[in-house]
Amino acid sequence: MCLAIPACVTEKLDEARVRVRLGGIEQVVSTVLLDSVDIGDYLIVHVGFALGKINSEEALETLAMMKDWPEGETS
Amino acid sequence: MNGSLRFIEEFRDPLAGRSIIGRLEKSVTRPIRLMEFCGGHTHAFYRFGLLGLLPEKIRMIHGPGCPVCILPMGRIDAAIDLSLRPEVLLVTYGDVLRVPGSAGMTLMKAKSRGADVRIIYSAVEALALARKHPERKVVFFAIGFETTTPPTAAVLVEARKTGLRNFFVFANHVMTPPAMRAILSDTNPGAELDGMIGPSHVSTVIGSNAYSFVADEFRIPVVIAGFEPLDILLALNMLATQISGNRAVVENEYRRAVTPEGNQLAQRLIREVFETAPSFEWRGLGILRESSLQIRPEFSAHDALCHFDISIPAVPDPKACECGEILKGLKRPQDCRIFGSLCTPDTPVGSCMVSAEGACAAAYHYGSGTVVGKARETVY
Ligand code: SF4
Repeated sequence: MCLAIPACVTEKLDEARVRVRLGGIEQVVSTVLLDSVDIGDYLIVHVGFALGKINSEEALETLAMMKDWPEGETS
Repeated sequence: MNGSLRFIEEFRDPLAGRSIIGRLEKSVTRPIRLMEFCGGHTHAFYRFGLLGLLPEKIRMIHGPGCPVCILPMGRIDAAIDLSLRPEVLLVTYGDVLRVPGSAGMTLMKAKSRGADVRIIYSAVEALALARKHPERKVVFFAIGFETTTPPTAAVLVEARKTGLRNFFVFANHVMTPPAMRAILSDTNPGAELDGMIGPSHVSTVIGSNAYSFVADEFRIPVVIAGFEPLDILLALNMLATQISGNRAVVENEYRRAVTPEGNQLAQRLIREVFETAPSFEWRGLGILRESSLQIRPEFSAHDALCHFDISIPAVPDPKACECGEILKGLKRPQDCRIFGSLCTPDTPVGSCMVSAEGACAAAYHYGSGTVVGKARETVY
């Protein structure tokens, strides 16, 4: 039931719903569980509800962490 | 950049993966047993063929974090019984229909016998069905951990606000921390874990602080991980480093989606609608105190347990099925005598063979290099 793919917000429909693109598919999800949502945000979606947002700075830091290791320098 | 693939491809980079595995070889200094609690991770381990790539010293134990796997047969029986009542339209998430109840009965079979059972993808659809069929009693058989609970809470709030009298929820929502406690406690000594991978989406809701007790009380390290292969490998490395350094703290590899406090709005909503139930019977783990949620009296007009006469019988699992032992981390799917023969995803005998997140279904579909592997997605 866990859909691992982050969904990108393409359109705000009303106070509590946005349209997202999710692996090529468009879908309407509820945002009642989030404080604020903007177009371009990446959401964690579960059973039609956004549970959280992806923090891209943290994502980049995690990626950098993987590459910082000596063995990773070849990549 | 193709927007839809952002935050996916970077976390599947094969070169980085090999580099982390190389590092992992060095970080693991003794045989260790690690559990991935969440079925989403179990699925990812098999799907990306990660099990065969790990150092031999690491043994992965599959945990009970699969919503349909831990539903006891008695609750399925109760749902089937409800669905067969003429006034009831029962809705639930897709996987639930195939979970066997007593005597091989399922909601799917009830449907073929005339019960009005419908699959929904989102709780919102349950509300829509109730609006569309005011003459019917729409019962949402709601299951799942902390990820599906806020959506259920949201529709209950909406139903109450709009006075939707024909909408009811049969709540079967369970909580992750009490299940972790059960796995680690003295009553389950066989699992003997050295570390735990914390769930991805559940942690988005409850936050990384929710696992402090695992490190503080049980001295077991926890690393919360995302669902992509590099997330998992990095988390394993963080666990191995803690273990070799004799440390036990909660670390968060999935910082891009998980904060220490979690989603407070979702937590508030859960608390507004639900309260902790005295006990809940889990398949495999048995009866656990304060491990599930029940609907608060303020919402009782929409609580199926208040409105209908429902009995939840205690039903033992099928004799041959080892789901219970697998969910406790004591056995592997391949240890079950009927794995892949009598029990397959098309003909599930136990609940672990039903959902893609179930250990038996994942092992059947993808294999682990040693068992029937049909369609492993090779990333490395
Ligand atoms: S293979 Fe089937 S019967 Fe055996 S443990 Fe798994 S789900 Fe149960």
